[in-house]
Amino acid sequence: MTQLALVIDLNVCVGCQACVTSCKEWNTAGSAGPMVDQNPYGADPTGTFFNRVQTFEVGEFPNTETVHFPKSCLHCEDPPCVPVCPTGASYKRKEDGIVLVDYDKCIGCKYCSWACPYGARELDEQQQVMKKCTLCVDRIYDTSMTEDDRKPSCVKACPTSARLFGDIHDPQSAVSIAIRESGGYALMPEWGTHPANHYLPRRKTRIKIHEDELERADNPLKVDRQLPRPAMSEPTLDDVTTW
Amino acid sequence: MHPAFSVIFLTTLIGAAQGLFLALFTVQSYAAFKLLPQPDAHAFYGQGSLLALVLLVAGLGASFLHLGHPERAWRSAAMWRTSWLSREVIVLPAFMGVVFLYGLAHWMDWHPLLMALPGGLPVDPTAILGVAGTLLAFALFICTAMIYACLKFLGEWHSPLTVINYILLGGASGFTLAAAFAAVTAPELVSFLGGWAAIITLLGLVSRSASLYRNARLKPKSTLQTAIGIKHPRIVQNTQGFMGGSFNTREFFHGQPVAVLRGVKWFFIVAVFPVPLLLLLSGMQGGAAVLAVAFVVQYAGLLAERWFFFAQANHPQNLYYQSIA
Repeated sequence: MTQLALVIDLNVCVGCQACVTSCKEWNTAGSAGPMVDQNPYGADPTGTFFNRVQTFEVGEFPNTETVHFPKSCLHCEDPPCVPVCPTGASYKRKEDGIVLVDYDKCIGCKYCSWACPYGARELDEQQQVMKKCTLCVDRIYDTSMTEDDRKPSCVKACPTSARLFGDIHDPQSAVSIAIRESGGYALMPEWGTHPANHYLPRRKTRIKIHEDELERADNPLKVDRQLPRPAMSEPTLDDVTTW
Repeated sequence: MHPAFSVIFLTTLIGAAQGLFLALFTVQSYAAFKLLPQPDAHAFYGQGSLLALVLLVAGLGASFLHLGHPERAWRSAAMWRTSWLSREVIVLPAFMGVVFLYGLAHWMDWHPLLMALPGGLPVDPTAILGVAGTLLAFALFICTAMIYACLKFLGEWHSPLTVINYILLGGASGFTLAAAFAAVTAPELVSFLGGWAAIITLLGLVSRSASLYRNARLKPKSTLQTAIGIKHPRIVQNTQGFMGGSFNTREFFHGQPVAVLRGVKWFFIVAVFPVPLLLLLSGMQGGAAVLAVAFVVQYAGLLAERWFFFAQANHPQNLYYQSIA
């Protein structure tokens, strides 16, 4: 069984919002569209988005870190939004695990949005149906595109390659390897929704330098103390200084 | 959550209608066992069912205002295996149909003997319809309440108390309405219905207080730490990613100051329980106007109660929408 998903690397996301705009651009023109904005140039603009990038500050000054956090539908393996739908408009595809909404069946009761703890679903104010990330289902299977282009629009747009796309049930896929080897985690695990999308944590590269790496403890010439121990201020190349 | 008036009116109107129907059939059952005088069938059961039906139709109408595509509402009966909303969509019209037939059978004086109970009590179509309507009324209470109680991450709703409150508060308003209605159509039943209305109102006070007590001490399972998966005690949102509003900022926030929430809470606590109780007791001698006021006050209180029920529920998605910029 296939479960397509995004893996988002918080270590490299720079919060540029390119995925947000390219998502909106592709999907407003695609089968999920239009994603019309209301009052776009007024005081209180609003509109439908499938993807947002949020920013959090972790820690207290001066030890703070800014974390940019892209958020879209997580295509849960056990999606709580699907069973509550009274019409069956909300469904999870067996063949690839994508959670979709049938816009012709949706009655706009908003119940599925209540049942999603992540706030991944938005009611389109113009079409009055529930909309959400489709993982660019109208793109990833489009054989008229080159193989390289058959990826979600947000993945293609990311300038830092913070977004990976693939099958998390295939242990050899790039996304599975990333989750396995780089500490991929799911959001709000307490609800048992088993989100397919995973996040890779912030990582710091640190090296631990031991004393004996600065000064060779096992220098054969010093083992029996035949030569005077050089002072720390002297050049450290034993072979040069102690001869 | 943002309280939607369509749903507030739906749940309170059909709750009162269900309670009213239960009151009608309670009287019929007591009268069948000769524990109560038999009221005028046309006026009490016939018009009473009509009143319940009017409330149900008004509630159903309110529910349509909640939908983005009301013309597709028929589709919502499809997923009854998994969705409590779908089950409600099936049970509500079924209950309306039974209430209609029940009232019609009484109105037409349709009492052919279908069978007799061991004690020799006759069973006619109104009794069968009454039992069916009673079962459907309770099924409808359960469906309506389970729509909210089944959402496990809305801790304020995810409790058996939600179901108990819907049954007791709907029952209380329905019996209060039945007492006021009986003051006009069957004065001999006023003290019986008024007494039960008072008892159910008191039981409702106990269960609603229990849920208020429980919800005040609820500790949210989700935190900003689990929401973004970063283990640090101090995380603040710098921006939610946009400066205008969105569905997420409208649908899940009530947008009222704490003082309003507290005011609504105390208004409903006073208007649903003590005031109708006093009015019920003073109107028990047959004061139709007093009993009508008791129902109006209690119903207004229930509108506030339902508003508070929605406003108090804190959705975990709100963790992601704390700061505009």
